[in-house]
Amino acid sequence: MAAEEAVHGAHSEHSQGDAWSGGKVPFKASYGKLMMWYFLLSDAFTFAAFLIAYGALRFSMPTWPLPDVVFSTFPGGIHHAPLIFVTVMTFILIVSSVTMVRAVQEGHRENQKGVVFWMLLTVVGGLTFLGCQAWEWNTLINGEYMSVTRNTFGSHAEGGVYLDDEHGHAYKTGTEGEKFEAGDTYLLHAYHADGGHGDGHGDDHGDDHGAAHSDDKAHAHKPHTIEDRPGKEGAVEFISRRFTTESGASSHQTFGPYQFGALFFCITGFHGFHVFSGVAFLLIILLNVASGIYAERKNGYEMVEKIGLYWHFVDLVWVFVFLVFYLL
Amino acid sequence: MAGLSYEEGKKKVVYGFWLLGAVTIAEVIIALLGNGHIFAGVTIPKLIMYPIMIGLSLYKAYFIVNEFMHMKYEVRGLVMSVILPTMLLIWAVIAFLQEGGAWGKRRAEIKKKDAIQLNEGKATGQLVHPTELTGELRAY
Repeated sequence: MAAEEAVHGAHSEHSQGDAWSGGKVPFKASYGKLMMWYFLLSDAFTFAAFLIAYGALRFSMPTWPLPDVVFSTFPGGIHHAPLIFVTVMTFILIVSSVTMVRAVQEGHRENQKGVVFWMLLTVVGGLTFLGCQAWEWNTLINGEYMSVTRNTFGSHAEGGVYLDDEHGHAYKTGTEGEKFEAGDTYLLHAYHADGGHGDGHGDDHGDDHGAAHSDDKAHAHKPHTIEDRPGKEGAVEFISRRFTTESGASSHQTFGPYQFGALFFCITGFHGFHVFSGVAFLLIILLNVASGIYAERKNGYEMVEKIGLYWHFVDLVWVFVFLVFYLL
Repeated sequence: MAGLSYEEGKKKVVYGFWLLGAVTIAEVIIALLGNGHIFAGVTIPKLIMYPIMIGLSLYKAYFIVNEFMHMKYEVRGLVMSVILPTMLLIWAVIAFLQEGGAWGKRRAEIKKKDAIQLNEGKATGQLVHPTELTGELRAY
């Protein structure tokens, strides 16, 4: 129809004047809804820029931590549940998206109670997601010592064999050390000088594991450690196991690319902030619904539809955050 | 939401929930299977695994935009004004991943040159001593 009018407009000056006089709704959407779409479009570009930055930095690194190793904790002290917790988080967000659609549908039939009920469930879903994210961040920061400048998850660029165990005790000569392959990801454990491993392992003193390590002989009780900011205040020591690679080089575990931590906290934080602001807006609209403002407008609870668009967008972004950070 | 009755809409929501849930579970199973977490020693090549997971995620995104955000029921002009600009991202992905790969290659090259040792007293044809050269290369 719009195209037809445009054609006429091109031929007659009179109808072209009409086209600019207003009163027509070519997109059949209100100003508010249309602008919500364009805001989401711009927001999509922001998120895309972040995720593309993640991709570019990942492509520039020789190694990158494997997500199924990094994200394998689950509440209750479970350590080997790869990707399970984040799957639960994804489900919570999907469910809250579904309840939001229901709220919008109830709005269309002017059912105030229905809108309140389904929006409340959506708010609960959003808060649960934020709680899960808080747990995930806390585990990474306080349990595994990740930060925006430190990545305790390193990866092997080459296959090889470890020379000492997780406490820094050298394997005996002749025994097979623990093997690893290229790309294998490890977590650097923090070293606590005061407590930790007992001294019942003193019997493997004096072992000689070839000419590769001359400083290894004094291995004794303190394992080989590294610090992220040597000498600076707040630096944490991490046990760094030694190994020899297939090509014969000897080395020790190092930190992974710190960009991983920086990108993770920045991007999931930005998404979490969207969820947080989404919950805040949902609550505001929810109060308005409950007060009966929208019922009087008789426009099918359009404000609920607008905040619904935003909420689905948060879910949409999570689809890609989930893909890029946890699956690939 | 033109075109759908209330009952139809409700059915569509339940359908959407199961669909999104099933696709998510499929993605996670592929990730776990492919990385050898389900059967020890069994892995899927990344070249097969990644396109499948990307495809499934794009399908989820398509479904959310189309059904949950009701894009399907909007006027064509509105749809195009939102969808067409996002097409620019296709090139952004290609260009920046390519660029990232180039950074990595350049860094590896610099590291290789850093490791070059000159034999003292041997003619090399180089005018600059490698230790000075590396300083210059680092400026990239």
